[in-house]
Amino acid sequence: MGNWIINHGLTSFILVVWMGINIFLFVWFYFFYDLGDQFFYTRHLLGSALAWARAPAAVLNFNCLLILLPVCRNLLSLLRGSFVCCGRTMRKQLDKNLSFHKLVAYMIGLMTAVHMIAHLLNVEWYNNSRQGIYDKLSTALSNLEDSGNNTYLNPIRKTDIQIPTYFVFTTIAGLTGVIITLALILIITSSMEVIRRSYFEVFWYTHHLFVIFFAGLVFHGAGRIVRSQTKTDPPHNFTLCKDRSDEWGRIPECPIPQFAGGFPQTWMWVIGPMILYLCERLLRFIRYMQAVRYRKIVMRPSKVLELQLVKNGFKMEVGQYVFLNCPAISQLEWHPFTMTSAPEEDFFSIHIRSAGDWTDKLIDIQMEFAWLMGVDGPFGTASEDVFDYEVSMLVGAGIGVTPFASILKSIWYKFKDSNPKLRTRKIYFYWLCRETHAFEWFADLLQVLEKEMEERGMADFLTYKLYLTKWDQSHATHVRVHSDEDTDVVTGLKQKTYYGRPAWDKEFEQVRKENPTSVVGTFLCGPEALGTVLEKKCVKYSDVDPRKTKFYFNKENF
Amino acid sequence: MGKIEWAMWANEQALASGLILLTGGIVGVAGQFRGWQFAAYAVAAGVFVCLLEYPRSKRSKGTSVERSGQYCFTVCVKAFGPLTRNYYVRAFLHAAICVPGGFMLATVLGCVCLGIASLIYLVAAIRGEHWEPILPRKEVRKPITESIKNPPQNPPPRPPAEIRRKRVDDLEGAAYDNPISVTDNE
Repeated sequence: MGNWIINHGLTSFILVVWMGINIFLFVWFYFFYDLGDQFFYTRHLLGSALAWARAPAAVLNFNCLLILLPVCRNLLSLLRGSFVCCGRTMRKQLDKNLSFHKLVAYMIGLMTAVHMIAHLLNVEWYNNSRQGIYDKLSTALSNLEDSGNNTYLNPIRKTDIQIPTYFVFTTIAGLTGVIITLALILIITSSMEVIRRSYFEVFWYTHHLFVIFFAGLVFHGAGRIVRSQTKTDPPHNFTLCKDRSDEWGRIPECPIPQFAGGFPQTWMWVIGPMILYLCERLLRFIRYMQAVRYRKIVMRPSKVLELQLVKNGFKMEVGQYVFLNCPAISQLEWHPFTMTSAPEEDFFSIHIRSAGDWTDKLIDIQMEFAWLMGVDGPFGTASEDVFDYEVSMLVGAGIGVTPFASILKSIWYKFKDSNPKLRTRKIYFYWLCRETHAFEWFADLLQVLEKEMEERGMADFLTYKLYLTKWDQSHATHVRVHSDEDTDVVTGLKQKTYYGRPAWDKEFEQVRKENPTSVVGTFLCGPEALGTVLEKKCVKYSDVDPRKTKFYFNKENF
Repeated sequence: MGKIEWAMWANEQALASGLILLTGGIVGVAGQFRGWQFAAYAVAAGVFVCLLEYPRSKRSKGTSVERSGQYCFTVCVKAFGPLTRNYYVRAFLHAAICVPGGFMLATVLGCVCLGIASLIYLVAAIRGEHWEPILPRKEVRKPITESIKNPPQNPPPRPPAEIRRKRVDDLEGAAYDNPISVTDNE
């Protein structure tokens, strides 16, 4: 239990606070509209459907405010930087920005559904009241005109056209409501995991319907059709007068009741984040306009392209990523890539593997001619924290090893310079890969490091284990024949390659045994399933006793 | 990643539309709205669309992810053969189904969403996509005869017994050359 608190405590706290605010807003506004005296007559026409429509509206205001914030990359990077003093737990929360964005989106979807159903009922009942189907009071209320000294309550003014649909499409609220709900539905269906992982372009372009969503949202309340009773002189007491609707205006204690629409409030909630997001996009554009120069382009084995680029004023940290844009391929597409160079170098590099339309085209055209590129970033992710931990466990699966390329190179540089910033005194590196031929460019780096460490007599600093998860009979035979040799037959490295997946229990046991009093940071760049396994192991092998070993899990995500 | 298969998005959109039609229909019937007959129709139409769209198609490139428990739906949908395989049919079917939804406010959103799904299906059909059922693969056991080397049928040739008997007194003379050269079987 204690281990769980260490690893998940702050996240759970934030979620509880968020949910608490949602519940509070819902309940508060529900009772505001369900019990408020100024809505007595409105409720007579609509019943509790009024409150059921207004309560989710309040929750929607709050969540539409929140939804833009987790996707302001540059803002988040800034926050991460300013939290350098405030502990790594705070910074870990900002890694979960996308998860939070999705959670808020689900809430928006749910509340939209409730809001819409309640309003369907409202429109139907307003319409029926206008037709005089209900009791005398309802008809009297609906008949109140918007002329001279009088104000209306029922927003349906016409009696000849009886279709609720007509009303909805001729009011601002109705029209914007339908349009933004449609935009929301399209955004949601194109954001489903299946679509997002397979057809990123569809997801990305459709997601920009959020512009329409927010524009419509701001104007949604402009028609002021939710109306409440205002004070009159002399006052109109509804308890006395509700049964005497034919005498309104003719007796002194019951003047004709006056109504006014509620002031639209949504814009007050969302204007701040909208401006922030606008600044975010402007910043991305400005960075994009700055020239990027090529230093070197290298084609690596297994169709991996290495680009070494130079940009003015570009400063990076280990494990950060940039967004790349190649207008020759697509004007609007920006794709994220982790940088594989260390901050100590005077250029930044990325390794791009052929993984889809865009990367395929990029690799093809780069070999012919160095096309103009746009670079946005760098953006920070969990890997920056790796030097803060005394002991780090780095796990990279397949191409997920790229941030760790940056880290290992940086270690090498810091090592050579005896940099005091390096708090790390031990690193365990696990690379899981399916095929041997993806190893080459990284194996070169490891060979260099291996040699360097041996020369300085610090072979203990970095322990790495390479796992080939896909192997067959010919592999095994080949290895068996060469098992007596000094270097590994696959990689040429001194450390031997393992076959199959790591036994994590054994690995964590070993780390714990070798580091009985340390704080260990575990970093993963790889599939979700592995993340869940590692997270569980971190919780399992952490000790609540602050003097003993503690494991913290960090996952890199895009 | 791969070329876009529009049908995947059309499927998500159509399933969502089915649910929205169904919800709108239920509200219309439960609230006894004016024109509730359209709402009742929307309930039936919504259920039908959901049943039709629930089983995902097999992708032409890449791994297909099934929805949980979709196997029985796959079998039902597959039974209609070309009617469900062809996306032109689906596009026109959805376009036709959605029209009555437009006559009532509660179902108008479902109508528009289904109309959009119909358009995306049309695009998918024009690009030559079609629906393939995801069926469980039969495990094929690789014949293991290749990897196991053929065991020898006959014993190795040996000299006659009196020569083979160990002669402790004359070890030099006891050694013999094999009549056939022995090589390591690589």
